[in-house]
Amino acid sequence: MGVGIEVRGLNAWYGKNQALQSIDMTVPANHVTAVIGPSGCGKSTFVRCLNRMHETIPEAHADGSVKVGEMDVYGDGSDPVEVRRRIGMVFQKPNPFPTMSIYGNVAAGLKLNGFRHRKQMDELVERSLKLAALWDEVKDNLHKKSGASLSGGQQQRLCIARALAVEPEVLLMDEPASALDPISTSKIEELIFQLKQHYTVVIVTHNMQQAARVAELTGFFLMGSLIEYDKTEKIFTTPSDKRTEDYVTGRFG
Amino acid sequence: MSDSVKPMNSREPDAQLPKPVTSMPSLAKVDAGHRAHTASAVLQKIRTSRPGSSRVPDQVFGLIILLSAISVFAIVVLVVWELVSKSQLSLHQFGLSFFYGHDWDPVNGNFGALPFIFGTLVSSLLALVLAVPLSVGVAVFITEMCPQSLRAIISFLVELLAAIPSVVYGLWAIFVLAPLLRVYVEPFLEKTLGWTGLFTGTPYGIGMLAAGIILAIMVVPIIASITREVLTAVPQNQREAVLALGATRWEMIRVGVLRNARIGIVGGIILGLGRALGETMAVTMVIGNTPQIAKSLFAPGYTMASVIANEFSEATGDLYLSALVEIGLALFLVTLVVNALARLLVWSITGGTARVRA
Amino acid sequence: MRWLACWCGASPAELRGSVLNPSSGATQSVSLYRRLVNQGATAFAILAAILVLVPLLAIFAYLVIKGIGSVNLAFLTQTPKPPGEAGGGMANAIVGTGLILMVASVIGLPLGIGSGIYLAEYGQNRFGDMIRFTADVLNGVPSIVIGIAVYSLIVVRQKHFSALSGGVALGIMMIPTIARATEEMLLMVPNVIREAAYGLGIPKWRTTLSISLRTASAGVITGCMLAFARVAGETAPLLFTAFGNQFWNLKLNQPTAALSLQVYTYAISPYDDWHKQAWAGSLILIVLIVGAVAAVRITTSRGMMKGA
Repeated sequence: MGVGIEVRGLNAWYGKNQALQSIDMTVPANHVTAVIGPSGCGKSTFVRCLNRMHETIPEAHADGSVKVGEMDVYGDGSDPVEVRRRIGMVFQKPNPFPTMSIYGNVAAGLKLNGFRHRKQMDELVERSLKLAALWDEVKDNLHKKSGASLSGGQQQRLCIARALAVEPEVLLMDEPASALDPISTSKIEELIFQLKQHYTVVIVTHNMQQAARVAELTGFFLMGSLIEYDKTEKIFTTPSDKRTEDYVTGRFG
Repeated sequence: MSDSVKPMNSREPDAQLPKPVTSMPSLAKVDAGHRAHTASAVLQKIRTSRPGSSRVPDQVFGLIILLSAISVFAIVVLVVWELVSKSQLSLHQFGLSFFYGHDWDPVNGNFGALPFIFGTLVSSLLALVLAVPLSVGVAVFITEMCPQSLRAIISFLVELLAAIPSVVYGLWAIFVLAPLLRVYVEPFLEKTLGWTGLFTGTPYGIGMLAAGIILAIMVVPIIASITREVLTAVPQNQREAVLALGATRWEMIRVGVLRNARIGIVGGIILGLGRALGETMAVTMVIGNTPQIAKSLFAPGYTMASVIANEFSEATGDLYLSALVEIGLALFLVTLVVNALARLLVWSITGGTARVRA
Repeated sequence: MRWLACWCGASPAELRGSVLNPSSGATQSVSLYRRLVNQGATAFAILAAILVLVPLLAIFAYLVIKGIGSVNLAFLTQTPKPPGEAGGGMANAIVGTGLILMVASVIGLPLGIGSGIYLAEYGQNRFGDMIRFTADVLNGVPSIVIGIAVYSLIVVRQKHFSALSGGVALGIMMIPTIARATEEMLLMVPNVIREAAYGLGIPKWRTTLSISLRTASAGVITGCMLAFARVAGETAPLLFTAFGNQFWNLKLNQPTAALSLQVYTYAISPYDDWHKQAWAGSLILIVLIVGAVAAVRITTSRGMMKGA
């Protein structure tokens, strides 16, 4: 089951440039929340702050309060490694490990975390691939085919399976379908819909129709600030802020 | 564009021009960056472009250039030819037994090259055993761990190691490394690891161990620079993918970087091996130059390159010389195979763009 | 090491799959074992960097300490004297190196640049690939083997050692480096420039020389200097070509002293005097070589592709 995310006063910088300004947001458990906004508005930065990936960029840092369930992500004793294990991430461009088989890709996170029991690993890999709606397509080639030999859409689902294998509570997706063709995109969107039963999903998207299709809540970012955050339906039909309205009606962005 | 100048997408260098080019106003519009400004300045000097007169000079130029390229090929062919022809005497005399014969006896005309093959292999392998962890370690340090400000300095220093001539390494090895080994390191090794049989016997300082160590130092910059290139070539998204699963930095390097780069790293190691096999001066100066096969690393030895260096100019008799040339031929063939293999591996990773500063 | 993982803080429950995450909220820590390995790896990498740099610094330090004392006017102006006699220097070796390098350049520069031009402008095909491969082969040939070949080709025929044969050996070694650098630099010249020239009716030969090569000149010069620096320190191929000489020689067809050869001869001799001079000679050699490499690095990092 997923957990909720509480963000209070989140700021983020790249060197001296402030990319996020005092973001407050509450993401409810087991829902899909979309983050939209024009290029450069900070939506990717925001999501990468949730699992402390932001600070892996040289000169980048963030502060504020992010609580994922009971876990204080930026708290004093918090270990980024552990944070990232418990918050999964899927990237814009599918990035399976080319030197590993499909099985190896899914099991990679498990192996890293010290997991060794073969039979249970097999079960977990199968479970993750089923969750990612990829099992049927690859079950005969788990060990034979490399992760990189799949099609783009399959690779992305493999990355989703890989992220799910370590049993995160939250799944972050940074424009997961933007590099994919329409059919793969719709498969991914279906998947997201299924996933919310088990996980809390935050999805960054530049595609407003996608947000409308998959997300229950949507946050609109502009120039590093969260302008409006509400039910998706409301954002797209009767937004409260003029800037939101301008964006969703296509006046800019 | 003036009418007298042909359109820019014409690729015909020697096509007929309607009339002599007297002015080039359109050059100012060539929008290829500031390089075009110099190009235009140069072009303005070339005003005498007579139509139809460029065919012959073009062909002559092409021929000269082709000849220089062929000369490279010719040189290699000549080198191989000389090696093969001058070693015929020895090849006929000893055949294959040359390569497993123990005795190198110029006085009696008995030439067996096994001690040198042994010496070359052992010294090179020892060098790799020492150099590989250090090189990969330093490369990982530079690409993944080092603060940005130090990166340029440290990589420059590591490359500087490659600029030091072999004879200077040898000089340092004789007067600094060997005494160090003799007085401190070898007695210590004998006490602690002497039971292995590898570290026994009189510690001279000079010997296989010294040769291995100095070779390792010489080979590190090669392996390190190739490793750095292949590590840098690993896309950033692979690193992020591993981190996002909850990996420590070392785990990220191990799974996301080293694993992806391993073929190229092996290529770099093999290239380092190629260099170690052919290295002459530094090894000659500290290996002891004794044609023997010994288990202990303290013992002096002899390598293929060293015996040629030491004995070639003093070789009496055609057979002696021919035997040495045969060793040279063997060395050539071995390094040829090793280097070819290495480049194949490195190119397969970097797509043929890696510049190998060997 | 699994038992160690268990022992170091990962309980069996944590190792079982579905309990990877007790979502009750207790923050699980990354096992001690993984933390230790991570820190160990960092320590090892730092240690490796130190171990690699220590010999470099040691060599430079010793060169300066042991060599600087002996680099005096006598050293730079006199020829070698027998051990025990005061004075004596490597002047003839310094000049000899210069002579041999000049011969090497006459061979290496035209053939190297010419091959580079071929590979870049005419050789993007199978034949060019073969030449490229051959150049790489030549690059990997051990220098002593080149010495043997040149001995056999020139010294035997001339029946004497000579600066010429030494220069030929070193020149051959310069070719692959220069060819590769030239090719790379020429390939970096944008095609639009060539097309601009062709479009104006400039013949190919002129375009290649006056335009492409001129634009790439900085990089080509760099390559040549690096090749130079590399062969200046070579000893093995000179052992039986130039052979060395205790006296002055400026003739191409006589055995000639070279700095690297002289350092070698002195280093393996039993005389203290000569050892000191070997250090001095090495210091000079290093200063020249490293100076060239550093100059190249500095000028290229300042963006010297201003050849355009």
